[in-house]
Amino acid sequence: MGAKDGLAARRSRPLFGPWLLLALLAPTVVLFVGSFAYPIGMLMGESLFVKGAVSLDNYSRIVDRPLYVNTLLRTLRVGGLTTLICLGVGFPLAWWMTRLRGLAFNLVIACILLPLWTSILVRSYAWVVLFQPTGLINKALMALGLTNGPVTLLYTEGAVVTAMVHVLLPYMVLPIYSALHNIPPNLSRAAQSLGAGAVTEFLTVILPLSRAGVVAGCVMVFVLSIGFFVTPALLGGPRTLMISTLINQQISSVLNWSFGGALGATLLVATLVIILVFNRAISASRRNRGQGA
Amino acid sequence: MRRRKIRWPRILLHGFGILMLAFLVLPILLVIPMSFGGGDYLEFPPSSWSLRWYRAYFADAEWLASTWLSVRIAALTMVCATVLGTAAALGLVRSGLSGKGYVQGIIAAPMIAPAIITAVAFYLFFSRVGLVGTTFGFVLAHTVLALPLVIFAVMASLEKIDPRLEMVALSLGASLRVSILLVTLRLALPGILIGALFAFVTSFDEATVSYFVATSGTKPLPKKMFEGMEWELSPIIAAVATMLTVLSFAVVAFIAFQQKRRGNTPA
Repeated sequence: MGAKDGLAARRSRPLFGPWLLLALLAPTVVLFVGSFAYPIGMLMGESLFVKGAVSLDNYSRIVDRPLYVNTLLRTLRVGGLTTLICLGVGFPLAWWMTRLRGLAFNLVIACILLPLWTSILVRSYAWVVLFQPTGLINKALMALGLTNGPVTLLYTEGAVVTAMVHVLLPYMVLPIYSALHNIPPNLSRAAQSLGAGAVTEFLTVILPLSRAGVVAGCVMVFVLSIGFFVTPALLGGPRTLMISTLINQQISSVLNWSFGGALGATLLVATLVIILVFNRAISASRRNRGQGA
Repeated sequence: MRRRKIRWPRILLHGFGILMLAFLVLPILLVIPMSFGGGDYLEFPPSSWSLRWYRAYFADAEWLASTWLSVRIAALTMVCATVLGTAAALGLVRSGLSGKGYVQGIIAAPMIAPAIITAVAFYLFFSRVGLVGTTFGFVLAHTVLALPLVIFAVMASLEKIDPRLEMVALSLGASLRVSILLVTLRLALPGILIGALFAFVTSFDEATVSYFVATSGTKPLPKKMFEGMEWELSPIIAAVATMLTVLSFAVVAFIAFQQKRRGNTPA
């Protein structure tokens, strides 16, 4: 395989000369630099200027004021909770998928992909409708006699977490499924023949071999959830301010680009650190998925 | 003995799986009957049935303008992202850069960067260069967001193609241009089509950049829905949501069909 690939690559090199490669890649590179890296750099630059002078006041303001510290902590808490619930639900779901064949499997994968292809606004709308005081959940609670009047569900942290789990669950299930799917079935049989019970088999065979998928899923869900805007903005309220909704407030209402930029830089750095730390696990899972496809 | 022990967990697993699928799908589906309600407010189950919210949608110039704007932006984004992304994927695969971890990281950046940061950065950039609320601005931002999806989809397709097929075409007298167009791109067509679909849907559903970059005269559909949900829960949104859900059903069915067809052809 290696020798064949090497030969093919050597032969194909003259086909695509440096100028052709440059012509193919240049537009995308220009676009990435000019209208992705540059605007973000611009925003980060904004955060370093306070009243026309270079200063780090914006950053010290983030850590000084309890409101902002609480917002950061809430963002991490909501993100962490969302990730944990997605993992707790997503792992058994992915495990279940490996046991299904044929029509049943196709139906399940369609049910998992459908939310992914449905507009994020439709999904958030569905939860707003369900959680409203006259919504189905409140009606059910009252019919069951659990409460007398409608309970406040909308604009709470619980509402935000529920809707975020709904939106992000597929991102957890799919990498875990592909990791589980790639475990050779003989390993499980070998463990059983060597006398391992279900728990031992799970802990010593299944879990270590699916670790890359689990880590990739967790990183994806956590990173997406701390930067999420639409769902917290629609299902959360002033008491459930997260970093994304705080940035919106600073930029749309207060028009404080400089402080909004500092909050953005904080979020970006946090995201980059998480991704770089877990990079190895993510690329390992991507390789697995490549083999599975 | 062992088999009998395993049965209970299996029933629990099936029950749990079905429950979770219900959690994923039911909230989306519940909106559909509500959109056909005849009352003034959203209710489930509706006390009477009617098409009044669909009529209200098709009679409302603002909703139609938003929908048309979104379709136009998504179509233009699809063309731009597919052309640029296919070219970039071809360049990356043939230069041997596509396998490098850092290259994949850079390509994925717009996909991974928190949506709020990208959106605010575009807003700042566009307000400096006068692109706020322009179709060009929306298409530019959405193309950047959709490019990674196209590049990854086309790269995955191209990596399965034997580069020697191009050599064969060349040795049979085809020019380099013809061999790229007729052989390589023809073989990568499924990946290109999926990439184009990704690009269209990414743009059509994109809400965060649209939220910031829209103006009162140019509101893409997601921005219009967002506003509708912030101020009141008009059942028109339920009608729009239903139409969008039907559309996503169609997309999932199309992909399933495409994959089945690809599975049938000898790879």
